[in-house]
Amino acid sequence: MTGLIHERELSRRSFLRGSGALVVGFSLAGALGAGRASAAGIDPFASNGPYPMNALDSWVAVHGDNTATVKLGKVELGQGSLTGLLMIAGEELDLGLDQLRWVHHDTDVTPNQGPTVGSSSIQAGGKQVRAAAAAAARATLLSLAAKQLGVPVSSLSVDRGVVSGGGRTVTYGELIGDKLFNVTVPSSYNLNGSGGFGGPAGLAAGAPLTKPVSRYGLVMTSPPRIDIPDKVTGAYTYVHNIRIPGMLHGRIVRPRGQGAYGGGTAPPIVSVDERSISHIPGARVVRYGNFLGVVAPKEYDAIQAAAQLEVTWGQMPTIREVGNLFEGMRADDTAGKAPARIVVEYGSFDRAFANAAHTLEQSYAYHYNGHLPIGPSCAVADVTSSGARVFSNTQDAYGTRQNVKDALDLVLGAKALPLDRIRVTYYEGSSVYGSAPYRDAAQAAAVMSALVGAPVRVQFMRWDEHGWDNYGPAQLTDIRAGIDQDGNLVAFEFSALGIPYWTTPATQQQVGGTPVFSALSHVDTTISGEQYAVPNRRVIGKSLPLENTYFKVTYLRSPDAPQSGFAAEQAIDELAYMAKMDPVAFRLKNVATPTSPVPDVAQRWRNVLVNAAKDAGWQPKVAASRLSSDTVVTGRGIAFGHYANTMTCCVADIRVNKKTGKIVVENLHVAADSGLVVYPGGARNNEEGAAVQGVSRALIEEVTFDDHHVTSLDWVTYPMLRFKDAPAVVVHELQRTDVPDPAGPGSRSTGSGEPALPPVAPAIANAFFDATGVRLREAPMTPARVRGVLRAAGVV
Amino acid sequence: MASSLKIKVNGLVHPVSASLDTPLLYVLHNELHLHGPRFGCGLAQCGACSVLLDGKEIRSCVTPVAAVSGREITTLEGLPALWAKERGLTGSAPVLHPLQQAWIDVQVPHCGYCQNGMMIQAADLLSTTKNPTDEEIRTAMNGHLCRCGTYPRILTAIKQAAAVMAKGGK
Repeated sequence: MTGLIHERELSRRSFLRGSGALVVGFSLAGALGAGRASAAGIDPFASNGPYPMNALDSWVAVHGDNTATVKLGKVELGQGSLTGLLMIAGEELDLGLDQLRWVHHDTDVTPNQGPTVGSSSIQAGGKQVRAAAAAAARATLLSLAAKQLGVPVSSLSVDRGVVSGGGRTVTYGELIGDKLFNVTVPSSYNLNGSGGFGGPAGLAAGAPLTKPVSRYGLVMTSPPRIDIPDKVTGAYTYVHNIRIPGMLHGRIVRPRGQGAYGGGTAPPIVSVDERSISHIPGARVVRYGNFLGVVAPKEYDAIQAAAQLEVTWGQMPTIREVGNLFEGMRADDTAGKAPARIVVEYGSFDRAFANAAHTLEQSYAYHYNGHLPIGPSCAVADVTSSGARVFSNTQDAYGTRQNVKDALDLVLGAKALPLDRIRVTYYEGSSVYGSAPYRDAAQAAAVMSALVGAPVRVQFMRWDEHGWDNYGPAQLTDIRAGIDQDGNLVAFEFSALGIPYWTTPATQQQVGGTPVFSALSHVDTTISGEQYAVPNRRVIGKSLPLENTYFKVTYLRSPDAPQSGFAAEQAIDELAYMAKMDPVAFRLKNVATPTSPVPDVAQRWRNVLVNAAKDAGWQPKVAASRLSSDTVVTGRGIAFGHYANTMTCCVADIRVNKKTGKIVVENLHVAADSGLVVYPGGARNNEEGAAVQGVSRALIEEVTFDDHHVTSLDWVTYPMLRFKDAPAVVVHELQRTDVPDPAGPGSRSTGSGEPALPPVAPAIANAFFDATGVRLREAPMTPARVRGVLRAAGVV
Repeated sequence: MASSLKIKVNGLVHPVSASLDTPLLYVLHNELHLHGPRFGCGLAQCGACSVLLDGKEIRSCVTPVAAVSGREITTLEGLPALWAKERGLTGSAPVLHPLQQAWIDVQVPHCGYCQNGMMIQAADLLSTTKNPTDEEIRTAMNGHLCRCGTYPRILTAIKQAAAVMAKGGK
C-alpha cells in the first residue's frame, strides 16, 4: 500500500483542516517538535528548523516502547550512511539497530548538519550524532536512571536500552518515553559548530564522554543496510513516488541542451504558440519571464504537451565546440583571460626544476562529465498563500529551502513567503553524486505550483537531465616536474586551467534572477603533489571566464580529483619511467614522509600504496618493458587517489585492442585509508561503486556540444559503462583506530563515498602505457583517442 | 480519452483510465501505484522501467498500454508470487523471490533506482537459463544501466539466486 501513503499523509483536505499526522512516519508530535508549541502535524507549512544544535531534543527522541528516533540532518543517498549513523547512535546508547528509527531530513524536524556532501556523513555528521544523539542522551538517561534506581551512575550498566543497577532495572522508555528531554547539551560535547564538510563539531570515536573504542560492539561491524530490503521489493518511497491529491504533472520546456552559463542557461523566449497544445486534455502553458513549462492532470499528457509545444527561442551565445574545448582554454589563457593564483608553494621550484637531472613538461586534458542519475530530477511542490511544501531529493534541505525562496521571491514579489513558511522534506531520489539539478527541479516545481495554484510534480525528461545538468568541470592541467640522478622527486609544479563553479540554478535565472558568477576555479591541492616528499612544489590555479563561454559546472563525485589525479599520477609514472624504475618502487621512494611539508598524513599514503600493491600481487618492473606486438595486449598500472581526507591507491589491470582502440578494465584493486571505518561493509560497497564509476568516467563519459549547446542528451550520445565491460573490484578498507582527529581527542573517521574514484583514471592510463608504450593524456580514453595516439606513435 | 481497457498485472485485472497510447509505465505508476518500475529515460535505453510481459522483459516506458491487453504483466512487486507459481505453490506467496533475497544477501543496491530492471531482467534470464555463466549474465544484463557501479555485485547475486532456484528455493 505504499503507493497510497502519501495520499493518506498529504491529503490537501487534511492540510486545510489542520489535522492528521503528516509526513513523519510515526505519531510522536510532542517529542519531535523540539520544544516548540506547534507540534509536527498541525501545520504542514511550518518550517521552524533548524533547532538549536545544543538542544538534545533537536537530535533524539526516546519512545515508550524503548526505541529511539534519531533526527538526521544527513541524507541517505544509497551510500549507507543512514545505517552507519544509526550504528553510531546505537553504539553510544547501547541500543540495537532494530531499536532505532530515523526521520527524513526536513526543515521542520531535523537539525542542520550541513549538506550531505564531501563524504561528510560519517566523518563530520557522525561526530555530531555521537556527541548529541548518543553520548549526551545516554548521560541524561543514566542520570535519570540513577535517581530512579537509587544508585550512583557509576554502578549502572545498559543493554538494549535496559538500565540495570542495584539489582533492579528500568528501561529508557520508562524513564522518558515520548517526553522532551528539555536538556541543553553542555559545551563539553562540542555541539555548537558547523557540521559541513569536515566540521569540528561533535566528538570523535573514543573521545572523553563517549564509549571507548575497545568496547565497541556495533560500530566497526557490517550489519545489512537498513534501506535495502524496501529497495528490492518496490516498497521504497523515492521522491518520484510522492503524490498529493489534486496534483498536476509538470514538465519544464527548454531548448534541448543548454548553452554556456549566463545567456545560454536562460535564453530568451521569442514566442510560444499555446494553440499547439490545445488538443491535449487539460494541458496548460506555465510561463514567467523566460521560464517555460507545461502542466496537465495526466503525466503522459504533460509529456506530450512539453514535446509538442511550439516555442521559438532566442539565440544562445556562440561557444567553442567540444573538439576545440582545450584549444579554447589555451587561447583564453594566452589572451590573459584566465587569471592565475598560487595556492600552494614551498621550496624553490624554479631553481630545482632548472637543476633537475630529468625533467617532464606535459599537459593533461579531462572533459566535462555529467551527474546524470538513472532517475532524473524530480520534485513535488505545493505553494499556497500561507506556505509552501516541497519534496525534494536535495542533499541539503536547508539550502534548498533558500533556493526555493529565491525563486518564489522573484515570482511572487510582495506576496513572497518567509523562510519559516517554506518546508522542504527529503525523500531519496536516484544517484545524484553531487549537485545534479535537484535545486533546479525544486524551484521549477515551486514556481509552477505558485503560478497554477495547485500542487505540481515536476520530473525532468532524460534530455532535460542530460542537457541541463550542472556538469563536472573540464580541466586542462600543465605539469612541470623534475627528478635527480637517483630518482628522487625534486620539483613538482601543477597548474590547472579550471572553470569556476556556478551558483544560480537555471529556473532562478529564467524567472529573472541574476546569475552569480564565481570568480575562482577550484584547485585540488592534495593529489597535486602532496602525496610525495617533494621539497619544491608549486600549485597554480587559473580561472577561466565562465560567463557565456563555458557550461555551468559544480560538484560531481570527488570534485576536481579525477581531473587532477589523471594529470598528476600520470606525470609521476612518466618520471618513474625516466628514472628506469618500477612505478611502485618509484612511489615508495618518493612517498610523503614524516619530514614532508605535510607530515601528518604521510603514513596513510604509504599504507595505501603498500597495501594496494600487495593485494594486487604487484610484480616489480619498469612500465612498458615487456611490450607485445599482438593486437590485444594487457597492462597494469598504479595510481594514488584522494578525497574527503581519505587516501586511496588503485592498481588497474587492463586489456587493449590496438585495432579497435577499446580498453577493457579487468581488475581493480583499491586500498583506502579512511581512518576508523564505522561501517566497513557499507564503506566497501560504496567504494566499489565509486571505482566502477571511475572506470566509466575514465573510459567513456564525455559531454559533447556544438557551437551553441550541449548535444549529449541521452545514454546513446552520452554513454556510460555497461555490464559487459564492468571490472572485478576488490576494495581493501584499512581499519585504523590510530588516526588522530584534528579537532580534538579521539579516532578520526574520514570519507568513504568518493575517494576510490580519483585513482582509477590515472591507474588505467598508466596501465595503457604499460601495455602499449604510448601515453594517452586526454580523458575519457575512448577507442577513437586510443587509436589516435597509437597511430601517431606508429604502433598501429 | 478514457478507455474501457483492462490490463492484468501481478495476477489481478485492473481497468485503465489512460488513453490507449499511454506507455504502460505511467499506468503502473500513476493508476496502480506500483513503484517497482521507474522512469529513467523514456527511450528504452536504461531499463529502470522493465516489467515482465508473459515472462519476457520489456521496457514499459515505450510500450503502449493497449499493447499489453490480454497478457500477463509481472512487476517487481509480483516476483514473489511468480516464484511461488513456478514452484507450484498455492496459498500465500513467499515474501521474497530468490533474486530479491540474493540482492539483500549480497547488499547490491546503492540508490536502488535501477535495480528493478536488473531483477526483472535476471528473472527473465533465469527462466530460460538455469545456470548461467558469467558471460551469459553479462550479455543478458548489458542493456541495463546502473550509475552507482553495482554490476559486480549483481553478477554475484544472480549466481547465488540461480543456485537457490536450481534447488527449488531451498
